Amino acid sequence: MALNSLGREIPDSYAGKRLVPYRDAWSLRPEGAVAARPVKRVNPGEGKRLSSLREAIEASGLADGMTIATHHSLRNGDFLLNRIVAEIAAMGLKGVWIASSSVHPVHAEIIPHIKSGVIAGFQCGVNGLIGELASRGELSCPIVVRTHGGRARSIIEGSVKIDVAFIAAPCCDEYGNMNGYYGPSACGSLGYAQIDASYASCVVAVTDNLVPFPAIPVGIPQTLVDYVVVVDRLGDPAKIVSTTTRVTTDPVGLQIASYASQVIEASGLLQDGFSFQTGSGGISLAVAEKVRNAMRKGFIKGSFGCGGITGYFVEMLEEGLFSALMDVQCFDQEAVRSIGVNRAHQEISADMYANPFNAGSVVNRLDCVILGATEVDTAFNVNVNTESNGYLLHNTGGHSDTAAGAKLSIIVAPSIRGRLPIVRDRVTTITTPGDTIGVVVTERGIAVNDKHAELKEELIRRKLPVKDIADLQREICRVTGTPRPLEFADEVVAVIEYRDGSIIDVVRRVKE
Amino acid sequence: MKIVKKAQAGTMQSSDLMVFLEPAETLTVTIESTVVKQFGALIRAKVDEVLEKHGIESGEVRITDRGALDYAIEARLETAIMRATEG
Repeated sequence: MALNSLGREIPDSYAGKRLVPYRDAWSLRPEGAVAARPVKRVNPGEGKRLSSLREAIEASGLADGMTIATHHSLRNGDFLLNRIVAEIAAMGLKGVWIASSSVHPVHAEIIPHIKSGVIAGFQCGVNGLIGELASRGELSCPIVVRTHGGRARSIIEGSVKIDVAFIAAPCCDEYGNMNGYYGPSACGSLGYAQIDASYASCVVAVTDNLVPFPAIPVGIPQTLVDYVVVVDRLGDPAKIVSTTTRVTTDPVGLQIASYASQVIEASGLLQDGFSFQTGSGGISLAVAEKVRNAMRKGFIKGSFGCGGITGYFVEMLEEGLFSALMDVQCFDQEAVRSIGVNRAHQEISADMYANPFNAGSVVNRLDCVILGATEVDTAFNVNVNTESNGYLLHNTGGHSDTAAGAKLSIIVAPSIRGRLPIVRDRVTTITTPGDTIGVVVTERGIAVNDKHAELKEELIRRKLPVKDIADLQREICRVTGTPRPLEFADEVVAVIEYRDGSIIDVVRRVKE
Repeated sequence: MKIVKKAQAGTMQSSDLMVFLEPAETLTVTIESTVVKQFGALIRAKVDEVLEKHGIESGEVRITDRGALDYAIEARLETAIMRATEG
């Protein structure tokens, strides 16, 4: 057991691996070369089509204890991971690890296979019931939560070895060229799967939309794909992309968005060449709306919009407010449409998006990112992984990556959610270090990290309600009362990896 | 005052609560809350305070809380008491 630099107790090892305690966001350096995989040869006349998932699993050589991966671009509409796990259970395999880019509530179907030992654990974060059951001690399987950039890093540096990648391919030909743009299960960018296709020992493309060779445009090329399997459906299109991405109408949310946009204007970053990322939440989109109006008014031509792309950013691209969109994942149908028709809507891999261990990722070029939070502490550390009940319910996504990369990272959150104050003495879980957070915006006031002293002065000059974060906390707690801290057992149910692979925190079993 | 009939107040929305009152020989208070771990004791203290203020010494009091603040707890409970005690 060792304390990391944020005061969290980190065990020496977890799931058979030695852990490196988090020290700071910048200084850990990679060593060695990128991971290797077998060199292959496919001669003219040799085909890749197999008739079923079962046949593909057999052909891949998947065995006990190996690691599989899927991508989460189909999100909560994904059918593939459940089908693969059911198939490997039927084949009698045991101890298989899942290293998907994320796991969603729909994948609760695999819980019986965790209990029976078919699935050994997760080299990825989980959303929903799996994390909750693990937190309650009702499910015993290691979970290593990673950021989007951190997952790419772990695969490319070889600390996670994917034996077989199953890639849901919404548009695919019989030789394995694929894209996510077209077809009944279109999901847009395949940014996460690009990493799997390049580094897994065996790559299986699974499609419900086999098109004549060649599938154009080529998102992932034939040279990386070993087998192609056709299934009836990859997912439920209605759940693949969320259609609830709308600007908030809640007055508290609008007040927060108004303050956040004034912070951006005061930062001096909003000028020609501005680059910007928001999530798909209602407050984030309200900020985007206000930024759009400011760009129109000031005739500002931005550089790029990034991330999880929404229809909002598509409109800004098509209006000429941004020169390009850098898209690792499409958040709605509009983004899916756009990536298929707009040249300047660029698909990027999770490596290019956010990996800290390459020659420079896109997040390094971000001016401003708007992020959410479940809790923030008085040192600006942010929790997005565990909920108020202490359960591990959310994956990190690109939170820590963009916070570290952007010149200015802004947390937007209501000061109170269901009686729980947003600002705490100590967050339940540290997802993103406070050192990489610039400003916390609530409807009750704006807290600025000391490292942005100039911005703080400017906000005060503009008569915005700047408050010391500890004062903000006291003010909120006067309304809510002081929450009693949750109680945890010693047992570690998940580790939270920072983007560089060091351990920023662990999630312990909740005492009920 | 005495609880003479069934009554309720409130909603199940976030940051609100439902209060259910029923006549009974003795006083029982049950509290269910989304934030019971953090605020269970404070909610109970507020409920006891309001019951005492209105002289409620018997009855079944059931609270289903969705993270309401103290003033909302007080208002919902008082409303339910008015409804349960009026002629």
